[in-house]
Amino acid sequence: MGKLEAKIPHGPLSEKWTNYKAHQNLVNPSNKRRLDIIVVGTGLAGAAAAASFGELGFNVKAFGIHDSPRRAHSIAAQGGINAAKNYPNDGDSVFRLFYDTIKGGDYRAREANVYRLAEVSNDIIDQCVAQGVPFAREYGGLLDNRSFGGAQVSRTFYARGQTGQQLLLGAYSALSKEIGKGTVKMYTRRDLLELVIIDGRARGVIMRNLITGEIERHAAHAVVLATGGYGNVFFLSTNAMASNGSAVWKAYKKGAFFGNPSFTQIHPTCIPVHGDYQSKLTLMSESLRNDGRIWVPKYAEDAEKIRKGTMKPTELSEERRDYYLERRYPAFGNLVPRDVASRAAKERCDAGFGVGTTGLAVYLDFAESIKRLGKHVIEARYGNLFQMYEKIVDENPYETSMMIYPAVHYTMGGLWVDYELQTTIPGLFAAGEANFSDHGANRLGASALMQGLSDGYFVLPYTVQNYLADQISVPAFKTDLPEFEKAEKDTKATIERLLSINGKNTVDSYHRKLGLIMWDFVGMARNKEGLKKAIIMIQELKVDFWKNVKVPGKNEMVNPELEKALRVVDFIELGELMARDALYREESCGGHFREEYQTPEGEALRDDVNFTYVSAWEHKGDDAEPALHKEPLVFEFIEVKQRNYK
Amino acid sequence: MDLTLKIWRQASGLDKGKFVNYKVGNISHDASFLEMLDILNEELVIKGDDPVAFDHDCREGICGACSLYINGRPHGPDRGITTCQMHMRNFKDGETIVIEPWRAKPFPVIKDLMVDRTAFDKIIQAGGFVSVRTGGVPDANAIAIPKHDADLAMDAAACIGCGACVAACKNASAMLFVSAKVSQFALLPQGRPEAHERVQKMVAKMDELGFGNCTNTYACEAECPKEISVANIARMNREFLTAKIVAQKA
Amino acid sequence: MVKIMYASITKKIVMSLVGLFLTSFLVVHMSINLLILFDDTRQLFNEAAHFMATNPFIQTFQWILFIGFIVHIILGLVLQIQNWMARPVGYDRKGSSEMSFFSKYMIHTGAIVFIFLLLHFANFFVKAKFGHLEEITYDSGTFEDLGILVVQLFQDGGYVAFYVIAILLLGFHLEHGFQSAFQSLGLNHNKYTPVIKVVGTLFSIAITLGYIAIPLVIYFS
Repeated sequence: MGKLEAKIPHGPLSEKWTNYKAHQNLVNPSNKRRLDIIVVGTGLAGAAAAASFGELGFNVKAFGIHDSPRRAHSIAAQGGINAAKNYPNDGDSVFRLFYDTIKGGDYRAREANVYRLAEVSNDIIDQCVAQGVPFAREYGGLLDNRSFGGAQVSRTFYARGQTGQQLLLGAYSALSKEIGKGTVKMYTRRDLLELVIIDGRARGVIMRNLITGEIERHAAHAVVLATGGYGNVFFLSTNAMASNGSAVWKAYKKGAFFGNPSFTQIHPTCIPVHGDYQSKLTLMSESLRNDGRIWVPKYAEDAEKIRKGTMKPTELSEERRDYYLERRYPAFGNLVPRDVASRAAKERCDAGFGVGTTGLAVYLDFAESIKRLGKHVIEARYGNLFQMYEKIVDENPYETSMMIYPAVHYTMGGLWVDYELQTTIPGLFAAGEANFSDHGANRLGASALMQGLSDGYFVLPYTVQNYLADQISVPAFKTDLPEFEKAEKDTKATIERLLSINGKNTVDSYHRKLGLIMWDFVGMARNKEGLKKAIIMIQELKVDFWKNVKVPGKNEMVNPELEKALRVVDFIELGELMARDALYREESCGGHFREEYQTPEGEALRDDVNFTYVSAWEHKGDDAEPALHKEPLVFEFIEVKQRNYK
Repeated sequence: MDLTLKIWRQASGLDKGKFVNYKVGNISHDASFLEMLDILNEELVIKGDDPVAFDHDCREGICGACSLYINGRPHGPDRGITTCQMHMRNFKDGETIVIEPWRAKPFPVIKDLMVDRTAFDKIIQAGGFVSVRTGGVPDANAIAIPKHDADLAMDAAACIGCGACVAACKNASAMLFVSAKVSQFALLPQGRPEAHERVQKMVAKMDELGFGNCTNTYACEAECPKEISVANIARMNREFLTAKIVAQKA
Repeated sequence: MVKIMYASITKKIVMSLVGLFLTSFLVVHMSINLLILFDDTRQLFNEAAHFMATNPFIQTFQWILFIGFIVHIILGLVLQIQNWMARPVGYDRKGSSEMSFFSKYMIHTGAIVFIFLLLHFANFFVKAKFGHLEEITYDSGTFEDLGILVVQLFQDGGYVAFYVIAILLLGFHLEHGFQSAFQSLGLNHNKYTPVIKVVGTLFSIAITLGYIAIPLVIYFS
């Protein structure tokens, strides 16, 4: 258990980070030049970290899966980024942002980390504005804030509906500046295939060049993984097509512990699934819930008619509609946290009140807001979202109710890290969505961007330096060491094996099957029987995959099928661990809802006595069950309460 | 719906490519264009053929990865969207759709419909940033920025770097892309200190990479999925002219 | 070889400035040409032609104009060659993006106008300058009768047709060139750009009609 030392600094909550920085070890400028850092992933966290390391004077090698760092999936975040600036003077503070985040995460995150996140949130806004990020402004020329995701204060900074894009472009520009100066060497279109450990420390990576297929070796004194989340284990999610869990999974298999793998966020406002050829789901910004009212028909016969297409939603009178969120949660109404809203939608649809051709959709209605505020106001606020909806669904949301349904959006789980964002493998750090993060069992809206940039700009530059301080006498590693030889040989063997199966099923067909298993049994609501079944089904799927998958072509070419196959191999194994974690955690908390553990009203029921811990899974070999380690969560500064949005 | 696809196939940058015709059937009107290509690829894989390579990622019109020159237009027939956002209801049953890669000297073909757009990154690396370090910056509200300027900067910053402007331009000019970035920073006080240097460096890099010249045809604006205005090109010309006149010799 | 020397935008700016400058030539030239329609004796026209041929300022200016044409043509060619080089492999399906129509054909209209200019130069300028013209005497004095040369040439239907077509193409060239010059100079403003575009269109129509009127009136009278 000694391995799970969170290394939380001493002192009062508000002084921990200051104390850490005051006492950490530094590397002098002439030594920085001699230290190499590998950053895998160049989204918000990775680009911010790589740029900052470059500015400090380290030798940085950055790797991205795309043709350009600007395409990382951070770009798709719409709503905004939180910070405790309290510009609107509505009572916000660092403590309140910290408290809201801990509470929103259902008390399954580490106090010290979350406090630090809230603390540096203000620096992030300053940094981004200085970089030229065009945040929305008021007529007086100062920054505008909005309320988001059910927060009681307006603390969300935004750039139209493209906040993620603008922040990523900010980090990308900082990274580009360093690439231009030569402090960062950028490698685009690379997939991580293996992590290289030398004498117990992370010292390098094996990469596949996605254009030539060349297998490359890269060595460094420290490795940072900022490779995002693994929501694509569900096949259909709001994640981009290339988003994958392979880097974190390789780290896990090399000994890094995996934290809270089952904690998945299901976002309530996505466009419903419409066909089996569908490749991904589209998120509609949560801000829609500020003015939209969510409902389903009150009577099952109306729902039935709507599903058959013999009735239109606009024909239903107010009395025949059930605004179920307003009914169940009068205090928060349509603005309850994501997990609550998602589950409530599923509950109604499972009970037979769902709409759309599949019955897996609920309505989001703007008729009242349009009447109250006028169409032009709604258009100004949500015009681009309405247009996007119309392009996809071919229905005009100004005239009829939109249809929405929850979809997988974010994974709170990830590599277990200590206060320094270091995994259980020394010298291996994880940042952004790739770590098990500060969001506990549920992430609040507009917090993902905050965490990615916090990790990248303001945490890693300190903590990685602290780690490297005693590495200054270690010379740069050569890539002909036996550890590199072996790692490369192993990856080549895997690729050969995949290419030689030559079965009859496409990679996507397995991915789709895995997604269905995950969605049905490890999705919004889970239970013991289902999870056990899922584990068996996934194991069977894995066997079938290795027997019957068809991966065409060869390694030495652009081969998207091979890329997908390598990722699906890892998704299958990761899916099993998620199911295991969900099975083990016999409580409901945040995004993890076990049907056996709920209040009589159907709300999540936590078990603080037995489950106030982070589950950290250790790989014990391909044929052995993983071992569970527990990092107890100690709440010294806040009182743990039942979440209540009624 | 049933369609004939006339697709450019090219095994690698070194090979000579050619058009190959494919038939796809039973495509839903509600499928997206890329999902239609997924279906084709799945069939090709099962048949043991090489699937068609194309760039794509977010599939919601923001990452800028998808491209495709469809029936003579970048990102296909609809306005203000990317290829991934286009649905098959924009096409007629039985239609032949011609799909080509972006064509420009600085965007060499990698395979089939994939092209190398790192030229854009090189332009950004030449000066498309504000030279601030992490930390040590003033409070975000220290400078008030007129809302109008901030909005114009945001309009320009909406560029997703897809390269449709280059693909559409008869001269393969990158002026809309470069001017969007130059404009964003030129409009904001944070970007002013190095505005003169920035515009000259970025334009020099753009020229060096072999993009064509702007002849103000405005095809770029018509095809830009984010509808970025050519007013940005004028702003860049203005910035460039003043920089040339005002800036000291280096 | 044609590379870099000057930045693309520098070339465009010079191109615009020279282009706008050359329109002054079009205006002056047209005004003088129109004089031929005002009296059968061509007195006004011949007097003006004499003034233009002898005034020292005009004579100097003429060389500046000449250089302007050369610069405009050479830069136009350089830019066009670079543009062709920027897309070595073209599209199979012709581009159908919406764009300003005449902007697509600047090199084509420009080239034809250039050929016209050469011919025109040979027909009038060279003859007037170096050839021997008949003389005609008015009450104000004796002048070379350049006007009769014009009248004679415009008796040839083929020449008139060529002249009219060339001027039409010049009009198209101007229609895009005029407003485009402002864009290249960075003078784009949401209040003034629409005005500039209208002025540009009116200007090109006026120039076209003005020039075309002369051969048509002479031919048909």
